Amino acid sequence: MAEKTVSKAKEAATRYTIAVLVDNMAGVLSQVAHLFSRKGYNIETLAVGCTEDPMISRITIEIFSDESRVQLLCNQLRKLIPVYSVKLLAPAEAVRRELVLVKLNVADRLARDEVIQICNIFRASIIDITPTAITLSVIGDERKTSAFEGLLREFKILELARTGIVAIERGPRTIHDDRKPE
Amino acid sequence: MNMKGANILIECLLEQNVDTVFGYPGGAILNIYDALYDYAGKIRHILTAHEQGAGHAADGYARSTGKVGVCFATSGPGATNLTTSIATAYMDSSPVVFITCNVNGNLIGKDSFQESDITGVTLPITKCNYLVRDVSALADTVREGFAVARSGRPGPVLIDIQKDVTAAACEYEFLPIEQHFTRGRLAKLMDHAGLKIPEPDLDDVELLAEMLRESKRPLLICGGGVVRGRAHREFRALALKLDAPVAITVMGGGGFTGHDPLKTGMIGMHGSQASNMACDACDLLLAVGCRFSDRVTLNPSSFAANAKIVQIDIDESEIDKNVRTSHHIIGDAKKVLSLLLERLDSFEPDPEEHRKWKDYVFSFKTETEYDDPATDTLTPKQLLSAAAAILPEETLVTTDVGQHQMWAIQHFKFSYPGQLITSGGFGTMGFGLGAAIGAQVGNPDKTILHVTGDGSFRMNCNELCTEQFYRLPIITLLFNNSTLGMVRQWQHLIYKERYCQTTLDRGPDFVALAGAYGLNGRRVRSVDELSDALRQAMAAREDGVGSIIDCHINIDEMVRPMVGGDSHIADFMLD
Repeated sequence: MAEKTVSKAKEAATRYTIAVLVDNMAGVLSQVAHLFSRKGYNIETLAVGCTEDPMISRITIEIFSDESRVQLLCNQLRKLIPVYSVKLLAPAEAVRRELVLVKLNVADRLARDEVIQICNIFRASIIDITPTAITLSVIGDERKTSAFEGLLREFKILELARTGIVAIERGPRTIHDDRKPE
Repeated sequence: MNMKGANILIECLLEQNVDTVFGYPGGAILNIYDALYDYAGKIRHILTAHEQGAGHAADGYARSTGKVGVCFATSGPGATNLTTSIATAYMDSSPVVFITCNVNGNLIGKDSFQESDITGVTLPITKCNYLVRDVSALADTVREGFAVARSGRPGPVLIDIQKDVTAAACEYEFLPIEQHFTRGRLAKLMDHAGLKIPEPDLDDVELLAEMLRESKRPLLICGGGVVRGRAHREFRALALKLDAPVAITVMGGGGFTGHDPLKTGMIGMHGSQASNMACDACDLLLAVGCRFSDRVTLNPSSFAANAKIVQIDIDESEIDKNVRTSHHIIGDAKKVLSLLLERLDSFEPDPEEHRKWKDYVFSFKTETEYDDPATDTLTPKQLLSAAAAILPEETLVTTDVGQHQMWAIQHFKFSYPGQLITSGGFGTMGFGLGAAIGAQVGNPDKTILHVTGDGSFRMNCNELCTEQFYRLPIITLLFNNSTLGMVRQWQHLIYKERYCQTTLDRGPDFVALAGAYGLNGRRVRSVDELSDALRQAMAAREDGVGSIIDCHINIDEMVRPMVGGDSHIADFMLD
């Protein structure tokens, strides 16, 4: 019963991308991640890295939620002292990308040729190849990467790794606008 | 000036004008206590029996004085003993800076003796916390910690310092508190959501003024934000201007004077009939500094269903968190209310409509009318009436948690912010005595009444030695019903009278306990005995001696009225 309710709630929910600028400091990631878990959210994807300012890191998090709850969550995030800016990125106004690495078992030439063709279509690159294994990388949003992964399921996937989505707004606006008074 | 970390820490406390610290020493924090030795006369250290008591005392000190409380503890168990007091301060937005020391840097992460990851442990219960690994960062971290604790919506901050940092030396220069925001990370934090006091949007204020002008049945809620923001004068002026009934939350006690006839009493689970019925019937509900906790709203979807709900809060993340509002203003309560009052200057409520509305609201009881049983056992009402009659009017009240807490808040008429100190959010049994110690230290001239129950009192009564040693003449009024009364009440009403593990038919003899600690103890069974004991306690105050008055009440006493959790606010389970 409980499970049913959860899956139903998830269907009604939308995928949200939240970009957060934080102090590049030990413990900050756990503080941010902890906020999501204690408010009852499961993080779909998470990506962290330095920004143009080495003292500041950018955390990109995707969750399923609804509009009012996600706004509340952003307000909670803004209250964390090591957090500088929080921006909810609207899908239509943001570029969202993740990198996926896939290692396949391709023993025969035919299979290998087929994989190379798929790679061409998806503009994926072959980054390592041996007589039995081939490692590919592809960049895209989750629709592209999932489609890519789906086609590769015909072959034997040995290993797969995703970076999680990073996202940035289109046009001249930036996450720093969030810090300026309205 | 070149100085050791431990001395820098104390110098930073002096920058903040701290003159009182509560705490408990131990191995890792020894350097700081060693430095404290040199600052005798500048900083008074109150040594408690247990770190939890020290934490509650610093909290009680902060709530009663409006200053930032400071508490010291050592690493490991010293630090983890603080967690309940930190969470208590966090839930009630009380500004306390907790300073702990950890093991040396080279021992961190090795499960060293008395090591604990206290910054990890306290992550969800502090406004912010820090681990200081480098002595050159110490002064600015302490400055930031105090600013964070005090600014915006206040809250506890924990600063954990490696022991080697307290021994290492570096340059320290005195920096006056006014200049703290000009330096380092703090300069960047000026606009941070956790620190800044948002400027109220004037259009939002005008819109609220318009809504108030149009409202025929307004209800105000006085929340903890009125108390923390010391906005009591502005709040009262607004209530008088609007001639609107005022309900008070547990945390709002003292924010609106209990003597005012506009007061409808407490709201929520143990709210008065007038408050809860008014909430159900009002057309505009204006909540100031109230976060609509589940103990206030009960069922949030039917809460104030006929009203436009308007929230004034300093913390944007509280807006629409628990109930959906029609309108909100983010800002300091004092500022928002002043702006609102300016706009309502010429407003006069429609006399006819207001009379009808007030007649309706005040046709319900604003106070609980307990029928005194025909037995000769003392009743809670008799107890509290006697205390109110004999103790000075400005007596500051701290409570523990349970039935006695609700009774005290229902019966006493608090008239200034800080007069009621209670654990509203976290509901910490054992809070009251520590808080009373802090309140008495911070307010040496005030009479401090500690209202408690036998269950709560036993949790932290080890602090009686602190009360005795520092000659803090606290009066403890103990509601002794030999049971965990509130839990028993739920077992009675909801669990078919299956009183599992709530009967406290055991010691100690609280009068003998008072004697063992060198305090004045009295057991009372009648109003006359109680009045006599209270007068004796007031006399003992002159000699700096605290008192415990052990009042025996009936085991089946209940807190009335009561609305069940998640029920509609006007559906009383008990009248």
